[in-house]
Amino acid sequence: MIALVRRGTARGFDAAERGLNRLAGPAVNPLAQLGALGFFLFWIVVVSGIYLFMLFDTGVENAHASIEWYSTRYAWHAGVMRSFHRYASDMMIVVMALHLLREFSRDRYRGGRWFSWVTGVPVIWFLYMSGITGYWLVWDQLAQYIATTSTELLDWLPIFGEPIARNFLAPSSLSNRFFTLLVFLHIAVPLLLLFMLWIHIQRITRPKVNPPRTLAALTMLALLAVSIVKPALSQGAADLAKVPSPVGLDWFYLPLYPLADAAPGALWGLLGAATVMLAAMPWLPPLRRMKPATVDLDHCNGCGRCVEDCPYDALQLVLRSDGLPYHVEVVVNTDKCVSCGICTGACPSSTPFRSTGPLDTGIDLPDVTFASMRERLHELAARDTSSPRLLVIGCWHGAAAARGEDVLSLPCVAAAPPSLIDYALSRGLVDGVVIAGCSESACYNRLGVEWMQQRIAGERNPYLRSRVPRDRILSVWASPAEGARLDHEINTFKVRLAKLAQEQPQQQTTETPTTVREAAS
Amino acid sequence: MSLPVSIPRLIGLFAVLTAVTAFAATFSNAPAYRQIPAGTGVIKFSFSHSADRGRECRRRTPEELAKLPPNMRRPLDCPRSRRAIFAELAIDDVVVFSKELPPSGFAKDGPSQVYRRFMVAAGSHTIAARLRDTPRASGFDHERIEAVSVRPGQSLALDFRPEHGGFIWR
Repeated sequence: MIALVRRGTARGFDAAERGLNRLAGPAVNPLAQLGALGFFLFWIVVVSGIYLFMLFDTGVENAHASIEWYSTRYAWHAGVMRSFHRYASDMMIVVMALHLLREFSRDRYRGGRWFSWVTGVPVIWFLYMSGITGYWLVWDQLAQYIATTSTELLDWLPIFGEPIARNFLAPSSLSNRFFTLLVFLHIAVPLLLLFMLWIHIQRITRPKVNPPRTLAALTMLALLAVSIVKPALSQGAADLAKVPSPVGLDWFYLPLYPLADAAPGALWGLLGAATVMLAAMPWLPPLRRMKPATVDLDHCNGCGRCVEDCPYDALQLVLRSDGLPYHVEVVVNTDKCVSCGICTGACPSSTPFRSTGPLDTGIDLPDVTFASMRERLHELAARDTSSPRLLVIGCWHGAAAARGEDVLSLPCVAAAPPSLIDYALSRGLVDGVVIAGCSESACYNRLGVEWMQQRIAGERNPYLRSRVPRDRILSVWASPAEGARLDHEINTFKVRLAKLAQEQPQQQTTETPTTVREAAS
Repeated sequence: MSLPVSIPRLIGLFAVLTAVTAFAATFSNAPAYRQIPAGTGVIKFSFSHSADRGRECRRRTPEELAKLPPNMRRPLDCPRSRRAIFAELAIDDVVVFSKELPPSGFAKDGPSQVYRRFMVAAGSHTIAARLRDTPRASGFDHERIEAVSVRPGQSLALDFRPEHGGFIWR
């Protein structure tokens, strides 16, 4: 059932992302920047909140009046800031929900990724608490409804002495002191939210906390446009002698409040069950976890490239323990390792040109070893009788996954070191290499696509040697739903290779075996 | 200076982002929700009040006092715990709330508390609030029966303040 929902959601995201990729390009695709957009919106809310707080009267008598004063008299700055504050907060909910659904649909919450998923659960709670406490401060009819319903909901829990809802019993019940407490909550809870967001990204390297400038600027412009056309307004001053009904609800923050009116116990049950369910999801079946990467110190000189490339902060350099004349060595934090193999692709010892001894490398995946990659390459090359012959290096999570047996299938295309491409072409095993990774905006292993692009472009170690003819390499970044595009691009590539074969018969280069230390140096 | 994205693409992306923001803005205060139907009001019945002690205070004997440390030699031995309060609310002779309210706190020495909300049709209603906070087995120690007129959308709060003579409307 969960798998079915996941597949359906993944298809939806896939279609939307492809559309946005076509529209704006993968670099500024908002769906590929949801986490960064969340952070960006948070900072908009913080800055606009500080601005509004300077003009806000925190007393219960004047709170609403002060907001009305600056929203109407200074609509061009304070009013716009208020709208920024409200709509950016709503957008945070939208972005957070999409981020959660997207990670779920991509199955990126299990194994070593559990930490980011589980720490995201309190982020949801803190974001909602931040928004709800903010609405109280306006002290309009919506605030009154939220205040009474929230406190009645809290009073359902048998943990408070006097019912908190008694603070909103009658106009004379509410004191300035209680209102000051609300102000404090609306500052303290967002700080906790920021703290949780910081924890949320602790187990990933190079977290994207800032969207590309173009996307950030357009987001601001969109907020500004909507703030001018539809400014956020209050709903009449609160009056505890009246029931605020009807009241315009913020359906992003308060969708469950009508249920709180009818059945507070059921709502708590629902919230508790949803929280437990979300937090437990990484461990729900089917459990799939490959063995984490292992380090072979005989082939590791502590160069640190794998540490640099690991997207999950699972590798660390520590002082050498085996007496070899290198300063440091790599250790794997098995809890964080998601077995993507990007470290193998980054290791200078991962060179397939070696002909003596077993093909060991400095860091390897026990389930998909580097030796097995070369073996598979030979097997595929021997089997391929077509012309031109192709090697397809495919990601498990991209369009190549559906191609079946004719693919060198890897957890991530960046698990294949560039030297493997060099080897396949220079030894004349194939006429061309196709690198078929995930969609550019949705790399399953976060940085695999980016690292592979940079390695081929010679911008990142280990480089693809300049001698390797680039016109014999095709990179296709396609999601599982883009099988037809991958097929089309491969067929076009084959035609191009056939032409190349007529124009310039492939030069075969032979390599002398490279030892691990030579490669590392 | 060259832009990383072409102008038509920028406009397209801006349109998408504006549409999403407009969606957020639209549902940030609509559609409206009606907590109570039109033509009704609310009566809140709520108080926080301590009943009599669980049992009467007892005068300590001189022997008992002598056994106590000097700073604790109080002549009266009074239990911390309070009795439960029995409260009842009737609207137009229909009992809508009738419950024994235990004292709060681990030591049962806190006040008994209640907070209930009742929706009523707008118009005139006879409200009868009763409360028993002494050892008596039946009857009530405090009672207020009154005809009140509830306007549509009005919220009336019935509290209990012994210092103000019992049940009061707030």
